[in-house]
Amino acid sequence: MDIWVSILLTIATAATPLLIAAIGELVAERAGVLNLGVEGMMIMGAVGGFGAGYLTGSPWIGVLAAIIIGVLFSLLFAFMTLTLATNQVATGLSLTILGLGLSGMLGTSFVGLPGQRLPNLDIPGLTSLPVVGRLLFGQDPIFYLSIALVIAVTWFLFRSRTGLTMRAIGDSHTSAHALGISVIGYRYLAVMFGGACAGLAGAHLSLVYTPQWVENMSAGRGWIALALVVFASWRPWRVLAGAYIFGAIWIGQLHVQAIDLSSFASSSWFIYQPIALIKSLPSQFLSSLPYLATIVVLVLISRNKRLTMMNTPASLAQPFVPER
Amino acid sequence: MNLHEGAANLLEVRGLTKIFGSLKACDSIDLGIARGEIHALLGENGAGKSTLVKMLFGSLEPHSGEILWNGQPVRITSPGIAKKLGIGMVFQHFSLFEALTAAENIALSLNDGAPIGTIAAKARALSYSYGLPLDPDALVGDLSVGERQRIEIIRCLLQTPNLIILDEPTSVLTPQEADKLFETLERLRSEGKSILYISHRLEEVKRMCDRATVLRHGKVVGHCNPREETASSLARMMVGSEVRAVERPPAEGMDQAESLLEIVNLNRKPATPFSIPLRNINLSVRAGEVVGIAGVAGNGQGEFFEAVSGEVLQQDKASVRIRGRQVGGLDITGRRLLGAAFVPEERLGHGAAPRMKLSENLLLSRHATDGRAFVGTAGMIDGKAIYSAAQRIIEVMDVRKSAPDPEAASLSGGNLQKFIVGRELDRKPSVMIVNQPTWGVDAGAAAHIRQALIELARNGSAVLVISQDLDELFEISDSIAVMHNGELSARIPIAGATYEKIGLLMGGAEPGHAAAVNAAETAEVA
Repeated sequence: MDIWVSILLTIATAATPLLIAAIGELVAERAGVLNLGVEGMMIMGAVGGFGAGYLTGSPWIGVLAAIIIGVLFSLLFAFMTLTLATNQVATGLSLTILGLGLSGMLGTSFVGLPGQRLPNLDIPGLTSLPVVGRLLFGQDPIFYLSIALVIAVTWFLFRSRTGLTMRAIGDSHTSAHALGISVIGYRYLAVMFGGACAGLAGAHLSLVYTPQWVENMSAGRGWIALALVVFASWRPWRVLAGAYIFGAIWIGQLHVQAIDLSSFASSSWFIYQPIALIKSLPSQFLSSLPYLATIVVLVLISRNKRLTMMNTPASLAQPFVPER
Repeated sequence: MNLHEGAANLLEVRGLTKIFGSLKACDSIDLGIARGEIHALLGENGAGKSTLVKMLFGSLEPHSGEILWNGQPVRITSPGIAKKLGIGMVFQHFSLFEALTAAENIALSLNDGAPIGTIAAKARALSYSYGLPLDPDALVGDLSVGERQRIEIIRCLLQTPNLIILDEPTSVLTPQEADKLFETLERLRSEGKSILYISHRLEEVKRMCDRATVLRHGKVVGHCNPREETASSLARMMVGSEVRAVERPPAEGMDQAESLLEIVNLNRKPATPFSIPLRNINLSVRAGEVVGIAGVAGNGQGEFFEAVSGEVLQQDKASVRIRGRQVGGLDITGRRLLGAAFVPEERLGHGAAPRMKLSENLLLSRHATDGRAFVGTAGMIDGKAIYSAAQRIIEVMDVRKSAPDPEAASLSGGNLQKFIVGRELDRKPSVMIVNQPTWGVDAGAAAHIRQALIELARNGSAVLVISQDLDELFEISDSIAVMHNGELSARIPIAGATYEKIGLLMGGAEPGHAAAVNAAETAEVA
């Protein structure tokens, strides 16, 4: 039983940074801004979070620093794409490249240092409950924050007036401008929220997942988060589903690759044969499974064309220059 | 008009000028609007009407000149400021959000923070009290232009402005809907509100407006009392010369003529849960005649056009026949190659790619039919050929523009429409199908387009015109059929058709047809 609990815990840990980064990007894209710099903002959050945590001795200050750095980095993007109306795709790509390079340079002196780890939740009596105790009451604080973010963003987008305005801007910025809505102002806020989330996701990597600094430790998670947003057709709960499917298969295939087939020799045919079959597959195929499965599942749940049409921000990635 | 009376006016404009590149869109405009008057703004396409009202609503910034509101100079730098002053606007190019519901669209322009449910109820009540029924839960993307315009009007009225600017408000309304709008406007006038009314329908300007300002080529050419003018004297002021009435020579020998377009038992399931199904439609259009299809907005005209043009293919290949060929399974290009031409309702994004030049838009619809003329050796586009063809159309249709080969989106609505219709006419198609040929187009240009359609028919083509403008259909059609709730009436020869008869066939439409389904869908989305 314990092995299953710990597998579930590692799945949550693997899914959390994807979920947080994707939720932030979802808000930015709902407002019509495509920020391909998620990976760059995330890695800057990771190095900043690690550094601040290491220097101050407090992982909490690390988290705060990661969020601030994510916002500052996203402001650079916002200034270029919104104020200067540069191409969002090119600017986002360069933000990622800049983030990867800059973080590597800033982090040289952190390599190999022991980092701070954000403590797991520990509620006397509850956390020690069998099975559910660890899962529900014993995880890291950012995990709880990620779930709260999904709920909050869903409420914000579909229940609040400001969220409605955000969606309207993403649908047609010219119409929004004609109504006197400050398109650029709202988009700044949306991009900054995306930056804060990406920074937080980075902090999760360097303060929870593996509490140390390794160059390129985001390892493409920013890109997966971007893909999740699209395949989830810009809906928060589907992003959550996508992040956890990805996390589950990712962790699952790692375990399968690691297990020793001979330890199952005495098991029944029905257990032995499937495991033998999976083990016989090339490891490259297993590594690609999380990506494949996530795409298949999210495509299947997005079959309703009408809902997809309604949820796709029609003005996504289009620069907005008000006619004066 | 005497400028010293300015203080008495609600809005006073002095010397307002706007320059785009080398074009003076507005050239020192003077205008005064009194409290409680309906003031008409008349002018041809490109005369500067839209530019002027955009400056009044803060969407555009004037180069020079001043605006006085209640006698005080004001700078209207954004629509938000205009709304605060008490200026409301109903746009010609709608400023709606397609992925949102009508109620959400309305909520976005109100700043009171009331829950959507309350706003929906208020909008529904107001819309019914003004006789412009509206389903607040309907998704705007599913609505026809007429229904969208109702949302714009209701949204503007809910803001309780002191000055309401309406840009071509009746162009997509039925006579009854327009009458209701006039009642609304007269009611607003009696409440002391001022209205700036842009229209090309001179009869309604004469009927309703207290004063008129006429623009031509960006300049004010006169102020007048429209009640003392005749429609033709107003038209003369606008155009600067006489507007020729549309002539429809009698169609002869029609019974023997070959039927070029045939619709046989056309059925279509609704594409989305809310669109209109087509039920057993039969129609044939013979060479040499113009057939009009009348109907209230959103009764299946859009679905019908899609099926006939090939935008949506039909499973029953025999349900659409062009020149005897069964084309239900052929796409648009295939149908064009048989000699058909299509002009859809939406100009931007459907009839033309907004950010592409006119010559490129020409190539987009005619690359297959005129491949030999436009595509040179090794499949290279012959830029010179498409440019000169585009210039030919611009000249024939008298398209006004600010550059030799401008982007489609930079043209005013009426001018773009002239180009899009002209692009198809230029081919001399044997079957021409047009949806809303002159929506938002002024008198001079509309007469031009209508005359061209009649001439095309008399030269041996079959012309089918779908329109919500009854005047237009009576002017050009040899017979009229009416579409209601996805069904098409039998053809009524023009000699036996009256407004009452057609109006009765159009009647009985329930605009809130999909209310229940829409509500369920919206709940699921949220």
